[in-house]
Order: sequence, then C-alpha cells, then structure tokens
Amino acid sequence: MTNPAADVKNADVVFITGSNTTEAHPVIGAYVKQAVNRGTKLIVADPIRIPLAEIADVYLQIKPGTSLALSNGMLNVIFAEGLEDKEYIGKNTAGAEALRELVAEYTPERTAEICGVKADDIARAARMYASAGAASILYCMGITQHVNGVNNVYGLSNLALSTGNLGKPGSGVNPLRGQNNVQGACDMGALPDVYTGYQQVGSPDAQKKFEDAWGAKLSGEKGMPSTVALPAVLEDKVKMLYVVGENPAVSDADNQHAIKAFKKAFLVVQDIFLTETAELADVVLPAACFAEKDGTFTNSERCVQRVRKAVPPKGMADWEIFVKLMNLMGFRCHYDEPEDIFNEMAALTPSYAGITYSRIEENNGLNWPCPANGHPGTPILHVGAPIKGKGEFKAVEWVPSQEAQMEGFPVLLTTSRLQHQYHTRTMTGKTRAIEEHCPGSFVQINPKDAESWSIEDGETVRVSSPRGSVEARAIVTDGLKEGTASMPFHWADSANVLTNAEDLDPVSKIPGLKLAGVKIEKL
Amino acid sequence: MEHGCDRVYVCAGTGCTSGKSPEIIENFRQELNASGLSDVKVIMTGCFGLCSMGPIVITQPDDCFYSRVAPKDVAEIVREHIAGGKPVHRLLFKGSRGEAVSLFEADFYKKQERVVLARCGLINPEEIDDYIEHGGFAALEKALKAMSSEEVVSVIKDSGLRGRGGAGFPTGKKWEFTMNAPGSKKYVVCNADEGDPGAFMDRSVLEGDPLSVVEAMTIAGYAVGADEGYIYVRAEYPLAIHRLQVAMGQALERGFLGNNILNTGFDFNLSIRYGAGAFVCGEETALLNSIEGKKGTPRLRPPFPAVKGLFGCPTLINNVETYANICKIITSGADWFRSMGTPGSPGTKVFALGGNVNNIGLVEVPMGITLREIIYDIGGGIPDGRGFKAAQTGGPSGGCIPAEHINTPIDFESLKAIGSMMGSGGLIVMDDSKCMVGIAKFFMKFMVEESCGKCAPCRIGLVRMHEILERITGGEGEIGDLAELEELAEMVNELSFCALGQTAPNPVLTTFRYFKDEYLAHINDKKCPAGECSALLNYEVTDKCVGCTKCAKACPAAAISGKLKEKHSIDKGKCVKCGACMGACPVKSIVRR
Amino acid sequence: MINIFLNGSELAVKEGSTVLEACKGAGVSIPTFCYDERLKAEGSCRICVVEVEGAPKLMPSCSTLVAPGMRVLTHSPKVVKLRKKLLELMLSNHEISCLQCEKAGNCLLQDYAYEYEVDTEKTKGRKKIAEYASSNKFFSLDQSKCILCGRCARTCSQLQANDVWAMAGRGFETEVSTPFGIDMEEAGCVHCGNCVSVCPVGALKPNTRHKFRAWETRKVRSTCAYCGVGCQIDLLVKDDKVVGVEPAGGKSNNGLLCVKGKFAFDFINHKDRLTEPLIRGEDGRLRPASWDEALGLVAGKTKEIRAEFGADAIMGLSSARVTNEENYLFMKYMRAAVGTNNVDHCARL
Repeated sequence: MTNPAADVKNADVVFITGSNTTEAHPVIGAYVKQAVNRGTKLIVADPIRIPLAEIADVYLQIKPGTSLALSNGMLNVIFAEGLEDKEYIGKNTAGAEALRELVAEYTPERTAEICGVKADDIARAARMYASAGAASILYCMGITQHVNGVNNVYGLSNLALSTGNLGKPGSGVNPLRGQNNVQGACDMGALPDVYTGYQQVGSPDAQKKFEDAWGAKLSGEKGMPSTVALPAVLEDKVKMLYVVGENPAVSDADNQHAIKAFKKAFLVVQDIFLTETAELADVVLPAACFAEKDGTFTNSERCVQRVRKAVPPKGMADWEIFVKLMNLMGFRCHYDEPEDIFNEMAALTPSYAGITYSRIEENNGLNWPCPANGHPGTPILHVGAPIKGKGEFKAVEWVPSQEAQMEGFPVLLTTSRLQHQYHTRTMTGKTRAIEEHCPGSFVQINPKDAESWSIEDGETVRVSSPRGSVEARAIVTDGLKEGTASMPFHWADSANVLTNAEDLDPVSKIPGLKLAGVKIEKL
Repeated sequence: MEHGCDRVYVCAGTGCTSGKSPEIIENFRQELNASGLSDVKVIMTGCFGLCSMGPIVITQPDDCFYSRVAPKDVAEIVREHIAGGKPVHRLLFKGSRGEAVSLFEADFYKKQERVVLARCGLINPEEIDDYIEHGGFAALEKALKAMSSEEVVSVIKDSGLRGRGGAGFPTGKKWEFTMNAPGSKKYVVCNADEGDPGAFMDRSVLEGDPLSVVEAMTIAGYAVGADEGYIYVRAEYPLAIHRLQVAMGQALERGFLGNNILNTGFDFNLSIRYGAGAFVCGEETALLNSIEGKKGTPRLRPPFPAVKGLFGCPTLINNVETYANICKIITSGADWFRSMGTPGSPGTKVFALGGNVNNIGLVEVPMGITLREIIYDIGGGIPDGRGFKAAQTGGPSGGCIPAEHINTPIDFESLKAIGSMMGSGGLIVMDDSKCMVGIAKFFMKFMVEESCGKCAPCRIGLVRMHEILERITGGEGEIGDLAELEELAEMVNELSFCALGQTAPNPVLTTFRYFKDEYLAHINDKKCPAGECSALLNYEVTDKCVGCTKCAKACPAAAISGKLKEKHSIDKGKCVKCGACMGACPVKSIVRR
Repeated sequence: MINIFLNGSELAVKEGSTVLEACKGAGVSIPTFCYDERLKAEGSCRICVVEVEGAPKLMPSCSTLVAPGMRVLTHSPKVVKLRKKLLELMLSNHEISCLQCEKAGNCLLQDYAYEYEVDTEKTKGRKKIAEYASSNKFFSLDQSKCILCGRCARTCSQLQANDVWAMAGRGFETEVSTPFGIDMEEAGCVHCGNCVSVCPVGALKPNTRHKFRAWETRKVRSTCAYCGVGCQIDLLVKDDKVVGVEPAGGKSNNGLLCVKGKFAFDFINHKDRLTEPLIRGEDGRLRPASWDEALGLVAGKTKEIRAEFGADAIMGLSSARVTNEENYLFMKYMRAAVGTNNVDHCARL
C-alpha cells in the first residue's frame, strides 16, 4: 500500500475494486464504513455485490475480468472532460500521450458494453474520483488474480497518476495484502528474481554484495516461480519441493493438477498441522506457530511489527530448522536469536536499514523505506514526487479472457473469501465456533440462472470446468449477475478444483484464479 | 337594545372542548339560523383561562359572561337573550357577592396582566384575518422592513425577557449567540413539548393564538439568520397541532411565511415535529435529537445549540411562551416590557393554576406578584374552607413552597432562593389534607418513569429514592433512610447529566426542608399526619356502632366480626384498608386514624 | 499551551484538551467507564467528575475542556464522596458475583469499588430485569452485569460502523439490545468482538472453554497472524497456553480486531498440532521420526538431487505466514546453501 490503512479515513473519495474489504480485511472495511459515515464518497466496482456496495455512491457490477476496461473507460471520461491533474502529469509522469490515445477508444458506451454496466455510472464514477481533493484506491485479489493482473494494476495506477492522487494523505494505490506477512516474504526476497528489498538477481552488484556478505557463490540465473515449478515437476525438470507454511494442495489453481506434482516430487513440508499438502509429503517437519517464536511481520502498509514468543513451541521454530539444515548442507552458520537474523538482513537491505527491534518498539512499528537509524519511516510513499522520479503511465489494452469464451462452460466463476474463514482453514478450522458458523462450501448463483437450470436455493449442484468438477450447495442470490457465479476457495474440494493453472500473467506468473469458465448443473 | 348581541364567543380550548363546546357552537349556529338571526356571528376562540367554569360563552358587545354552559342551554340563550334581549340569569357567572359580572370584571382577572394571552379568547384562532385585525404581523412587518437583524436582537436583549421554559436564561443572549455563530445554515426551533404534570400554558397559547408563535419564530429566523424552523409539539395536543397547521397554512398563503416573506426576499419555512410523550424531550438537546429522528436523550453541552444544534447547525431554541412575548416587544418596545414585572424578571408569566384551589385555570400575572395573591385573589382561595399547606411550582423539577413563604414574590431568583424554581408555569396548590411525603413520592414516581436512562445517577438514583419514599409511606421507613435519601439527593443533583436529573430531587429536598416532621412521623410513629398514606392508617369502629352487620358483609377480607346489635370490631391483621366498611356503615361509626 | 491548576499545582496543557487528558498527562488517575479515547465523548457515566472552581456543579472531566487559569480538584472530599455514592448506586443494580465472574481482576467496577471503599450493603433495591437475552457462538451478553456505559454500542457504531448494539428502552429499564431486539446476526453482527473487548465489566464475554483469572495470565504483545492488516494484539497466556486475545493499539488497527483475530486462536494449542517430524516409510505411510533423522534425510536428499540433476532441480516455497527473519533465512538457505534461485512463496494466493 502506498498509504496506511487508517489513512482511508482522510479520503474524500474511496474507490474499491476487486476487494471484498469488510470480509477479507475487516478492520480496513470498518475504516471505510467510518469514512462513509463521515461523508466520504464511495465507488465500488466488483462482480459480487459485496456488503460495501450497499453503501456505495456508485456501484459498478462489472463482469469478471473487465477491470482494465473499466479503468480505461474512466480515464476516457477524465481526459475527455479535462478532469486530469495537468500540473501533476506534466511534472511527475511520463507516457501520458500514449495513454490518452489508447483510452480515447474506451468511450463510456463501449466500456459499458464490455463491463456490463451503465455508461452513465462509469462517467459518474470517473468524475467523482477525479474531482476529489484526495481519492484513494483500494484493491485486492480481484484485480491481481487474473491472467492480465499486472495490466489491471496498471489501469488503476494510471487513474491515480492522471489525477495526482499519490503521495498525499487520503490518496494512493493501495493493494490490500492477503496474508499476515506476504509483504514481508516479498521484501525478504523469497522470490525467484530478487534478493531482499527487491535487489535484482542478475545484477552483478547485488550478487556480489550478497556473495560477500554470505561467503558463498550465488547463481546469477533467475529462479522459477511456483506456478512454473509445479508443471516443471511433471516435466521431470524439478525433482524436489520444499514447502514451508502453505497448503497449495488446496490453494493452488487447478489443485488436482498440483497434487500430481506433489506426489511425484520428493516433497518436504514444514507446517504446524498435517495439511492436505503435508499428507502428500515424504518428510514432514513440525514448525512453530506465530505465538511460539520471536520475529517480525511486515503488514500491508509496509509497517514492520514485532511477533513475540508467548508459549513454548510445539514443533521447532522455522528459523531454527533452517539453521540446522544449512549446517547439515555444509553451510556453517549460527544465530542466537531472530534479532541477529534481522540485523544481518537489515544491513543488506537499504529499505530496512534503519529498522531495529528496539526502534520498532519505540515507534509502535516502522514503515519502510526506513533507510537509516533515526529515520521516522515512510507511512506514505511518493510524497512530493514518485520515488522513481517519474510515474510511468502504461497504455494497455483490455483483452477478453479465454476463460470467458469457452464452449460448454458459459458461466463466469469468481472465487471469494469469507470473513470467518482464512485461506485453507488450517488455523480457523480449529476454532469450533467458526466451523459451526461456516460449515462448508457453496456456490452463489443468480435467481434467473437458478430458474433456468431448475435449481432451488440450498440444493446441491455440480460445478464443472475443463479442470474438474465439484459438488456444492447452491445459494441463490441477486448479489450476482446472470451468467456469473461465486465460490469461496477455503475448502479442498471446492473452487480451486475448477480454476486454470496453465494460463498465467506474463509478468507476475499469477494464474487467473478470479475467473474460471464453468457450467453448473442440477444433480 | 340594552342587551344587544351580535357576536357569540365560545371557548374551544381543550378544557371547554371536553365540556362539549363544539356541540355548543353547532347548537348556536342551528338555533340562530332557525330564529332568523343568522347575522349573529358565532366565534370559536381559544382559552379564556377560567377553566373550572367552562364551557364559557361570552356575548358582545353587551359583554355577558355565561359559565358552565351545556349544549342544551343554547336554545334558551338564543331565545331569551339574543332574540329576547334578556340574559339568562341562572347561567351568568356570579362574582363574590353573587352578582353577575362580565368576564374581565371577575376577581379572577383583576390582578392578571394579559400579554401572552392577550388575544386568547378574543379571536378565532383559525382565522388569520382576526389575528391581523388584532395587531397580528405588525411586528413582522416592522422587523423585516424597518429593522436590521442586530436591531431586533438588541430590542429583545434590552427587554430583559428571560426564557419561559424553566431555567430563565436571557432570551436576547441566546438570539445573539445564534446570530453570531458562524454557519450558513441555521435553525429556529420552538419547544412546545410541555410536559410538567398539570401544566397547559403552551397548549393554550397554541390553541388560542397560534399565529403569535409562527410570527415570532419568523422574526427570530430573520434575526439569527435562519431560513428553517421546527415546532416540536407533543402529539398529545391534537387540537394545538391542528390549529398550528391551520395557522401555518394561512400564513403561507398570505405571504407571512415561506419564500419572499412580505416581498422582502426573506425566506422562512416552518414544519411541525411531534413529540412522543417523553418528558425529557422538553430538555432542549434531547428535543433536538428527537427532531433528528434519534433517541430523545440529552446531548453534552458545550457545544450549546446556538453553536451546534439541529443537524449540527447553529440553532435558536425557545419555548412557546417565550416566543409569544416577542411580537409585542417588537411593536411596543423594550421599555414597555420592562415596565411590567421586576427589574430582574421583567414581563409577565403564565401559570396553570391547579390542585386545591377554587379557580382552576390559566392565569397570566406580572412577575413579582406574590403567591398569596395568585392563590387567594385570583384563585379564589382553597375549597371547602381548608387551610393552605403548600404550593408546587416548577413541576417535578421544582419544589414545594410552604405557607411560611406564601408572600414570596414570583420571580426567578426568589423562587430559587426558597428551593423551588419558576419552571414552565405549573402551579399546584395543596390543602392541609395532603401528605407531603406522598407528594414527594408522586413527583419521584413521575421522574422515575420519565428518566431517559442515559446517566447512572438519574437512572438508578431516582429509583432508589422512590423505593425509600415507598418504604416510608408504607410504614417500613427507618431513621437511616433519611440520611440515605439526602445522600442520594445530593449525588443525583450534582452528578446527573441534564437538568431533568439535576432537579429531580427538588420535591424531596424541599418537602424535607419544610416538612421534616411529617417524614419523622411516618418513620418514628408510623403515622401519616395528613391521613393519606393508607398503609399507616387503621380503621376502627367507634361506639356509634349500632350492630347492623353491614360493615362485616361489605368487608372483602372477613376482618370484621361482631354480633347483631352489638358493637363490631376490626381485626387489624386481616384488614386490607380498602375502606369498604366506612362506605357501608349507615351511621358513620367507622373512622380512619 | 495554557496553564491550569491541577490539585493546586500549575500545569501547562495543550489548548483544546479535556480535563481528563490533562490529568492523564499529569499522571493523575481519574476513574472512567464510558470514556474511550477513540470515541466521541459521551459523558454519561459521570464517574469522572471533578471539581472546577467557579462551576455550579461537578464537571465530567472527559468532556470539559481546559481553560486558562482553571482550577481543578480531582479528589476533593466532595468528589470522592459523590464518586463513592455513585459506585454504591451502580453496584446496587449489578449482579455482584465477583467470586464466579470471569472478569474479576480485570473489571473497572471492581477496581473502583475497591479504590473508593464502597459498602455494597448501603444502597440496595430492585435490580433491572432485561428483556434482551441473545448471544452467539463467539460471545455472550449478561445483562445483569451491564452498567450501561454504552461503550459496546458506540464502538459498534462509531468504530466498527455496524450499529448492532444500541441502548434500548428508557429509564431504569434501559438495556443493551439490538434494533427491535432481533438476533445479533440478523442485526448485522460480524462477531468482530470489539464490543467484548471494550466492555469494562463482565457483561460481554467471550464464550471460552478456558478457565482463568486475570491475575493468572500475562500479556504478550504480538501481531495477528491472519490477514495483512497486521493488527496488534495482546496474547493472554496462562500456564504456557494462549487463553485469550485482546486488541492493542497498533498503527493499523487502533484497538480493533475481527472475528479471527479475537476468537480464532484455538489452533495454537490444538491437539492436532504436529509435534514430531514424520517420514514416509516403506509402507507408504507417514511415521514419526527424530529431528536428526528427518533433517538428515532432507539434507541428504537435497545433496543427492543437486549432485545428479543440479541445484535448479530443487524448488523452495517459502511462506507468507512465517516471520521476516525466517523468510530471509529460507531464501538464504536456498540461494547460499542449496545454490539455486528457485525460491518463491504464496504471494499470488
């Protein structure tokens, strides 16, 4: 996020798209509602009529997979009506002309056709967003989990750049990170192409810096992303998988396909429970949960905060396992406690350089970039000007998803999350009240579709895609448009049996989890 | 014609309406038509004030005053008086020496000074022309066309008018605060949520002269810079609401309300909101919450309504009687107003006189008049020759004034000094048959029921105080209860959130102050000196008993025994103190002690 | 800054601050029930009153602004006496069952009753009988303990922006309820438990199977392990077990939590937790193994595959759930000890 979560309360307009904020990030959802109660205007664009849509000033129930078209359409209105921030564009951006030319084709009428919403509403949303003193964009997986996810994000950053909604309170482009430390895992370089703080693999300087620090020879070749690695197992290119604290046998797209790879490879799983993935492992290493070890998490707003050991570990703290393995691999190392590891990392990571455990304590958390001791941290990014000097507009065309054009699978299925459950339920599923409240999966469909398929509310139906087929309880609701359906992804034999793992975003390698062509039948 | 009559005024206030005055009006119209006297006007008016003598009928110009008229009397009045020229003597109101007197010659009116009620009884409240004929809208015209906002406010300030809702805050200051409060949107609100038991001053004004309030609010809007107003009136006042609606409709039609009033470009729109019967909604911030559709509970102050009131905007809020003074101050000036009343409390005050007094009704007196003058000279004294014991002013928030203070002048400061308060104008007279602990309990019960529940001192404290009073009047009081009562009273008074709670202990505190011996008698001797508290009374058969057995047959608890023609006796253990025996005894041999 | 006199001592305080804030800054303790710095001042519990020279009555410190030269007495005999009386009054309408009450030791009413030496025998009378008696799977409402401070309702309305709770009824019969007394869920309750967290007494309580007294627990400040908001929490620990979670004032959560952060902590001490390594045996089943054996097998297999197929035949999937330190170390393990950049994590999910 460019801006802190609570900063949404300073916005005049909030544009939420691809985020069911009150369900997936309830505390931020509460901030949005607080803001609306105080007069902030709200625009929601989402295929599901999420709870926040009920209090939105403009609600755009777009077809799944049309976010980029909507952004381009809104930009069309902004440029056509001269609502852009010309001064900001002139001073701080590059590529405005190409974008202007591209979005000229995205008239509200054409965009309305693509997105399945009213042209007037697109124009209203565009005006509302562009005319605000400060407007904030919140988005989540509904934007990124598409085969054009990166382009979807470009669409939103174009909106922010064109209206100067960056680098000030109440503004920004704010992806809501889904997991407690997904931001930190990225920051720490648990990615195939970067070291810590996004220092590039392949950069000779970066490689030398880490080789010197670690006393090891490093590969200059970028590694494989997970979505490429699993198919590579089936192609015999990858022989061993070491999976730490995740449950891809449930959460991966086309999870039946993923399971084949887990069965084939030598699989090590390190987790706190015997998850669906761990059940397939050759070696299972019992780990410690967050309450059993010291360390830090970096939240969605880039705030580094402490995790403290409260109770003794049931398994072994993950960091201790890694230390033991390194030594067994002949790479000698020793750390007394996590703080030593943090300090080593911070010394190698410019954006974390000024952060220490004691400073985290003193400041009640510190937002990176925090380049030096004494630096107060950076709650809001791009203040004054974009960090890279110029914010680059990306003129990108919307293309329809293949999933939306499959013969025999006419329904657009999008995956969803429930407030009470979390991911694959490894943690939430252990609290009885939660399981009683949210006992199982379901598929939501529109009443007209239900009628034409002769499906009653509550009936068990079959949902199929080219990847597989599952049964689920049908919930008939007018919260979804005709021809669309939605299914939570928390359960094993649920949404991810149906999703496509083959088609990936060319840049981020993310699969289109939020859009799968399916058919729904009465049993 | 000695007794010429071309107009008949019939009171249509709530009291007289209950006495069938609408039927009287209808009968007059029919009888007059039938007698070929259709040119005689029948005029429905607001309250004349002497409610205990209602329904009241006045004829003009011969100025005859008929009291307690029944619908069946109308034919006689028309036949004998209007057609025949001879007033119906048996129906005419009689003065203290038994002679027929006209309305304003009656003692009841002699010491009154009618400013607020000036037009009540003189005009038809549903006829705007009547209002205009009697000086209506002269003030509005003057204010809008010849005065600046500041001038209007300064006249009100100079007049020394103080809020008639109870607290007596200087009205002009309120207007000034609201005028000076920054904000483009402001409101004017009229508090017509008259809630004190026995009080009906505001109701009578709204029923008798509704346009005087509408006009004053419009002037207030002009003065403070508001273009919108609300009248918050109890839903239990259907007649007042109806008259207001008629008045507002006519004012709107004639350009005295709405947009571009009197072609001056000034806009002021007025709406009515109904109160649902919560006493606390008479507290101005609770009232504002209620208008906004929220629960009627008071708000924190500051900010005061003048700064942040209705819907967060600067708001002027006055009660009905306060507004009813405004027009006359504008037309006659501040000095005229100050010529009445006392220097600290200029003007008049309307009281609803009730309880053990002969002339129950509505009176308007100059400030500074004594309680004695109101009760004896205007009220005609205590009925049945009983003695005066106390008077309650200020309703449940006020206090009991004992006989020793009957010469206290009625003004804000004097009443406060003796532990009571002006309040909105309820004045309840109590004769010597009233138990003062019982009176305190009555008001405490009222407050327990009307506490909004927001703050703990009022919510729980009043219940505890009421429980103690119940114990004392029930004969279960202990001497320690008095200290507890005092401690609770102090805490509730000091710590309650709003004035309702802060003043709620007043009836207890004043009765405690002036009638402590009665409390002690209840507790120590288990006796109620006034003979009112049934739990402390015993029924006894005296020697007058003839042994007829009727009492024993009437007793529902089989507590009476005795042989025929012998003196009976009552078993105190079984007696439920219902009093049935007393009613049954043909020789009045049973007494209550 | 302006100067006031607090209990006789001159004190410089920020203009626009309340007397309560000034007291807090000066380390003077004032009792409060309805006050929460995140909420609009309500001023309804009246326990925070102080004596302000020149004011006709005691003033609620939570909603009285400081003024230059103001003289404030926070513990004058009158203030102490009336606070004590108010506490007596509140306790007369409270189910006094501190022996059994889960909130004992962490209850403001109990704390103040002790501080002000309240005699619970002194003021007595009937107790409120509430009509609304709903609960849900996550927490329960015990109206007999409720002191009607309204924090729950105002938290739900002003912070959670949900308006499930309200103060219903009037006078002595006022009670906490949902609109028209409907079920909490129907009223839109999302079980965030923020009302439970702010309740100063034992009226709103988690439905917990853990039995503990407040003084048996210690609090450990940490970060919630669910979504990316990063709410700050205090883990309540008794006998090396987490028995409860309280929200803390983190930058991102400001003392709020959701249902997961507040109530879904049973996994920590769950019987299904893995406690020893497992290795797939000859029979195809997972069997317990020692750490040495399991880690030896992992290292051995890694070396073997690296020798035969190269380091890039090994893929490491790190976790968005573990700490920064662990992510760093795993990435270092893969790159420096195994020798491949094949490291990724579940960022896309």
